[in-house]
Amino acid sequence: MTVRTSVPETAVATAKKKRVLPPLLRHVLFALAAFAVVVVLTLVTDEFTNLRIATIGYYLIAVAGLTLLTGLTGQVSLGHGAFMFIGAYTVALLVRRVPAFPLWADLLLASAAGGLAGLLAGAAAARLRGPYLAGATLALAVGLPALTRRFQDFLGGSNGLSFTVHSRPSGIAVPELRWQTWIVWLSVLIALVLVVNVVRGRLGRDFRAVRDDEVAASLSGIAVGRTKILAFLISAVCGGLAGGLQAFLLGTAAPGSFTPALSLSLLAAVVLGGLGSLWGALWGAVALVYFQAWSEDLADVLHLNTDVANNLPLAVYGVILIVVVLAFPRGIQGGFQRLRGLLRRPAEKKENNEKH
Amino acid sequence: MRSTRTGAGFLALALALTACGGAGESDGGGQQAADSAVGVTKDTVVIGSHQPLTGPAAPGYSKISVGARAVYQAINDGGGINGRKIDYKVEDDGYNPTKTVEVVKKLVLQDKVFAIVGGLGTPTHSKVVDYLNSEGVPDLLVSSGALAWDNPQKAPMTFGYQLDYAREGKVQGKYIKDTFAGKKVGYFTQNDDVGRDTQAGLDQFIKDQTVARQGYDSANTDVTPQLSALKAAGAEVVVCECIPAFTALSILAAAKIGYKPQFVVSSIGADPATLSGLLQDFAKRGGASVSSGQLLNGLIGTGYLPDVAQTSDPWVAYFKGIHDKYIPKEPLTNTLFYGMVQAYTFGQALKAAGPDPTRQKIVDAMSSGALKGPGLTPFGFSKDSHSGYTGAYVFKINPDTTTTVIQQPAVTDRGTGAITPYSGERVTPDQVNLLGK
Repeated sequence: MTVRTSVPETAVATAKKKRVLPPLLRHVLFALAAFAVVVVLTLVTDEFTNLRIATIGYYLIAVAGLTLLTGLTGQVSLGHGAFMFIGAYTVALLVRRVPAFPLWADLLLASAAGGLAGLLAGAAAARLRGPYLAGATLALAVGLPALTRRFQDFLGGSNGLSFTVHSRPSGIAVPELRWQTWIVWLSVLIALVLVVNVVRGRLGRDFRAVRDDEVAASLSGIAVGRTKILAFLISAVCGGLAGGLQAFLLGTAAPGSFTPALSLSLLAAVVLGGLGSLWGALWGAVALVYFQAWSEDLADVLHLNTDVANNLPLAVYGVILIVVVLAFPRGIQGGFQRLRGLLRRPAEKKENNEKH
Repeated sequence: MRSTRTGAGFLALALALTACGGAGESDGGGQQAADSAVGVTKDTVVIGSHQPLTGPAAPGYSKISVGARAVYQAINDGGGINGRKIDYKVEDDGYNPTKTVEVVKKLVLQDKVFAIVGGLGTPTHSKVVDYLNSEGVPDLLVSSGALAWDNPQKAPMTFGYQLDYAREGKVQGKYIKDTFAGKKVGYFTQNDDVGRDTQAGLDQFIKDQTVARQGYDSANTDVTPQLSALKAAGAEVVVCECIPAFTALSILAAAKIGYKPQFVVSSIGADPATLSGLLQDFAKRGGASVSSGQLLNGLIGTGYLPDVAQTSDPWVAYFKGIHDKYIPKEPLTNTLFYGMVQAYTFGQALKAAGPDPTRQKIVDAMSSGALKGPGLTPFGFSKDSHSGYTGAYVFKINPDTTTTVIQQPAVTDRGTGAITPYSGERVTPDQVNLLGK
């Protein structure tokens, strides 16, 4: 007995020594550092680049949510644009109908509305898998925006809603877009801290167990259905927040913005960045924003025929997606990891040799 | 414990940062100094536009900026306006409002344009009107017939271009009342402000003749149910307030069910050249071949610009010259012509703004009411109105898809005012003489 207990004790002691900070605090500190980086970045770039940085922000949280669902829990969703749609319309309606609500409440409610929809979708999704699940979620993406035409007066029909969000306190002399970018990233980073904590914690292990083998997971006491619904819920909250932030940033919510193409490009960003990695979500979000911008600039520089130039961004995005998937099956993040592995291996070998 | 407290502190910080005041409370949105000359240098004026070059509205509409660009090239080759060349930047928004906001901010913040000219689409452009007005950027000649652009108090920088849907509905309603008195009328309209505004205009005249109202969503291309309902209601005249694709689909659907009403189509969907192309295309996809001349024969439409088939018109001849020189490979359609006239009108406004144009000066030039151009009806621009074209003529399509004017141009207001024939003199290209030399 005594021998047995002493072994884990030492193991715990060494683990503690290695990781001085508890994970949540570590993530919060990291988020604060990231926020500082974003603030510095927005200060040294012009206003339009700020808008792009903010766009990366809200795509990041949407892609991160989808990563958690698809990469970690193994549920494919082709309908994440629908949750963004719900978030965007929630913020739009609140700003227009309840102008006295502060922005943080609007955003919280947008996330909650997304979450509620995710809960309902998740309940159905837990019973479906593979192509059936993909089909069901795709139906969500196609069907939901049509609501705006059903309730023309309330949701503004196919013209959607436009509004101006006032978020900047009058005392702060920062350009509007820069301030908005900070708000977007602050919200995104808070949400990410929570997501990272989930992923690294017990629930994250459950997610991975369900993804890898449902039977084995349920044998080890995991409630598979509940876990799947939870993954959908968290993922949809992220989607709702992303939509809410988009509405806040651009002052619009219209059905034309939430086409099935948006949902598909979110999934493509997950695959491009690296399936199942939250860092991958960042690369995916950056790719969503910048590949398009770069290929447009490229088309301008090359003075292409308009019919070619107009479609170049999509073609470039497709080619890059194919190349990345072929070269690095685990996405951009997988590529980075392999690169790091290659760089580290010779160094480690050397170290080992010296030790011996 | 400590970590949760930090988390809570972080949250509290975030809440505090965003907690000041309600998100929807207006702070007056003070307009910035309009009298700036951003985008104007010694030898160029940079302007921008958002257009659907890809996506659902691209067929047909993607050619508008092609026509506009040709006119700007012609102006530049003639030495520019007051010695300044026009640098025309077109951004593709794919008819997606989110993208519109993004590209317009790009044009304003990064490209530093002097003005936005001819931004296309109601769902798209309505999302940037507030932004452009609060930034003091002139927002000229919007490519849509919505009434929203004519709001000088709230949107002093925004000006319309094409005939608005309410005025057009009135002209059509009066024509139908006079010509088809006692006949049963059915409406077939797009389910947005196009349909809403035109019906308001039509109802002023033919409400008691109307036996059926059907609508369509542009996402659903099967219009047979609606046409069957119109047929069942016994409508002898069908007013089609449709974009080109849906005019063509309605004509085909009617032919399929053996229904031969008199179609009356609004200007946005009555371009014979575009319609014949679409009819051939849709019929081919359905495995049939049709004679578009036969199908279009007798169709009644409204318009405010001369038809490109009327080569005797001095302005058609003038723009055909530019077309043949710069974009000879593009078919000369009324849609292309629309873009050419729009660009030319901007050129006129820029010239009227004087040798040292500022944003305020071009807004003043627009609202001076002095702008006269290629259209067959006048602009409504004044201090109190930012309406574009204010009236329409009525035409009929001949078997060879040329058109004949069957009612001379008439003008009206957007309310309940009378419709009066317009007999004002049109200026000629030589009088305007924009290309210098």
